[in-house]
Amino acid sequence: MSVRHALLALLSEGPKYGLQLREEFEARTGEVWPLNVGQVYTTLQRLERDGLVETANGDTPAEHDVLGNVPGAPQKAYRITPAGSAELSQWLRVPPDLSSPPRDELVMKVLVAITVPGTDVHEVIQAHRTYLVQLMQEWTRLKEDEDGSDLAFSLVVDAELFRLDSVVRWLDAADGRLRRARAEGWAPARTAQATMPALARRRRIGARQQ
Amino acid sequence: MSVLEMRSISKVYGRGAAEVQALRDISLSVPAGTMIAVMGPSGSGKSSLLTIAGTLEEPTSGAVLINGQDVERMSNGAKARVRRRTIGYVFQDFNLLPGLTAAENVSLPLELDGMSARRAHLAGLKALEDLGLGDQARRFPDQLSGGERQRVAIARAVVGERSLLLADEPSGALDSANGESVMRLIHTYCKRGTAAVVVTHDAQLASWADRVVFLRDGRIVDQTMPPAGPETLLEQSS
Repeated sequence: MSVRHALLALLSEGPKYGLQLREEFEARTGEVWPLNVGQVYTTLQRLERDGLVETANGDTPAEHDVLGNVPGAPQKAYRITPAGSAELSQWLRVPPDLSSPPRDELVMKVLVAITVPGTDVHEVIQAHRTYLVQLMQEWTRLKEDEDGSDLAFSLVVDAELFRLDSVVRWLDAADGRLRRARAEGWAPARTAQATMPALARRRRIGARQQ
Repeated sequence: MSVLEMRSISKVYGRGAAEVQALRDISLSVPAGTMIAVMGPSGSGKSSLLTIAGTLEEPTSGAVLINGQDVERMSNGAKARVRRRTIGYVFQDFNLLPGLTAAENVSLPLELDGMSARRAHLAGLKALEDLGLGDQARRFPDQLSGGERQRVAIARAVVGERSLLLADEPSGALDSANGESVMRLIHTYCKRGTAAVVVTHDAQLASWADRVVFLRDGRIVDQTMPPAGPETLLEQSS
């Protein structure tokens, strides 16, 4: 999660104070990702160092009073610079790196479970499936009382549910694939070796992650 | 007391070499106000579990109790009454009668149960209005969208204050937004005191349930723990 770019996005609406940025960040991400104020100020300092924001003393943001700040307290307001706007616009369009398979811990566990003697891989899969569905129940419970008016929250919960769901589906598919393989006489010792060109292709994709 | 109780249910189809054990020693208790989801791959026994819970089929061994009454000891007339008055069914393909309007589809079970046509019609309209389908009451199933058809089917399943809702892949034919609204609806009825068993292979839909039971080769292999508070989630993500 790029706090840096989230803050730039909030500042693209006009100058704001640090505390205000924290509150707005939390509200717009459905209150799901808490952010401490120290993190906000550290990030702002780095953004300032990189020339992406500047202090805007003298400009009084309109929301000043709504924040309940003590009048006259030493508060710094920040403003996005043209370089900051350009950076934000570029960031929105650059795809995050989803291109290569991460060394997914769950995938590793299932791969290992196939080979460890005395381990029932299906039981291992079921334990993870139960845990994931339980986690999905917790997210769904958060959604239950919502009528959908908090759009940011609904989007965040959907993202989590789809992500967890995709892992459950992979477990279901793995479960089925292993059963079919075993029914056809597959055994761990007889794993086929990939051909050299295929191996090179696989490694190239895998290496991108490191 | 549980609305539905299944005690050591087993079900065998066929004999000899063709014998298939569909359910093995299934025990399940569904109190009022609770939604249970049953997940499992195809062939795991989900649908058999549901038809036996709905008294549409008899188990090979074990007992089914509906509101404390042992189904096996009921007369055929009593069983038919339980099916009409206590249990509501929702199917993946909606099973609406194409020649009847939405309102007629919903009021039909009440009329079959001996209610006057006029009272049944009013109750049917009310059930449709509850689901935001008041305007569609005079339409025929083929004039409704998939999501609307499934909501009509749910209205038909709950009309007449039935206490047990049984659903087989209720949103299987719907997109994710319509699927969610179907689950939200079943969940709302459960909060009002209905007991529900929903069979699905979709984890997102199952996650609406209070408890998720996993079926494999006719056996319950695992189930989720009772609900934890939302606080645990926030702790994990921080």
